[in-house]
Amino acid sequence: MSGRTVELEVLRYDPDQDDAPKFQTYTVPYREDWVVLDAINYVKDELDRTLSYRWSCHMAVCGSCGMLINGEPSLSCHTFLRDCPDKIRIEPLQNFPVERDLVVVMDDFIDKLGSVKPYVVAKEEKDVDEGEYLQTPAELAQYKQYTACINCLLCYSACPQYALNDSFVGPAALALAHRYNLDSRDIGRSAREEVVASNPGIWECSFVGACSEVCPKAVDPAAAIQQTKIASTADYFMKFLMPWKHK
Amino acid sequence: MSRRPYIRELSRTGWWLKQPRYVRYMAREMTALFIGLYVLILMAGLFALSKGEAAYAEFLESADGLVGLTFAVITMIFAIYHTFTWFQVTPKAMPLVIGGKRVPGAIIVGAHWAGFAVVSVALWLLAGGQT
Repeated sequence: MSGRTVELEVLRYDPDQDDAPKFQTYTVPYREDWVVLDAINYVKDELDRTLSYRWSCHMAVCGSCGMLINGEPSLSCHTFLRDCPDKIRIEPLQNFPVERDLVVVMDDFIDKLGSVKPYVVAKEEKDVDEGEYLQTPAELAQYKQYTACINCLLCYSACPQYALNDSFVGPAALALAHRYNLDSRDIGRSAREEVVASNPGIWECSFVGACSEVCPKAVDPAAAIQQTKIASTADYFMKFLMPWKHK
Repeated sequence: MSRRPYIRELSRTGWWLKQPRYVRYMAREMTALFIGLYVLILMAGLFALSKGEAAYAEFLESADGLVGLTFAVITMIFAIYHTFTWFQVTPKAMPLVIGGKRVPGAIIVGAHWAGFAVVSVALWLLAGGQT
């Protein structure tokens, strides 16, 4: 053990006692192979068991441990101490109400996600006995990138449009809508349009691109939204060019 | 135990100063102001041209001054920045799949610059090809 330590400045908020959040500093041991989540777990286990935060898998799969690490929306299980300065500021994800300490209220996202029907809307429902809805590898490749979303909300936390206007449907929900629209087994695109192609949908996005920069799974929500804009614009003009297709 | 979620205030005007990526974004958005003003000046030039030779000569003289030239240079820098950032993001908006394989982003960006060069040369030739 080296004896080296790092300082964690953690934003604390207790709704029963505090009027506003305040920073509390903890000194934790430095380990070469530790991520920020390990350091927070050390605080919880050894220094202060009142600290609240979400985590589960510790391997960038569950999407629970998103927080601001030195101002950057990050998964704390995916950010090594060795890549951070000796003083690390940890805050709850911005653009969401703070429930307690590092735990945010994510109801708004859950509602928006549901509103874009993030599931396969099949042409005909089949019984399980009738087998799978088949798809070729090429058809899978069309949308596979967007299936990697783990709903970690880093993209919402990075998005200034969502920060300024919380009616914006937002990056992850729109990327998942795009994922299902591109799926050969799905016919739900027109049903999703009401939400997706509305002003608070894709048109609220001004292509800042921050969502894609912070995405830990390379989903690239900004790309999904721009592609949806192009498809939606094409729909609009096709209505005039081929009205018989849009009765 | 009570629920009392705290909403952290965001500066409505200063938010974009907090992160370099937001500053870059705002710079890209700002390019529209300069290019818009430049278009207005061009239109004023056209209007002067329609008024006759004397009016046009007066317009040219006023646009040639230090202020006019400085503005033109700044606008050109912003226009190049806008073009650069726009072309950089084209692979996101228009991904291409040829023969089952995704075309690398650099090729899509390169094709845009090539198209830009062709159109620029064509316009230059159309305008008489003079330097």
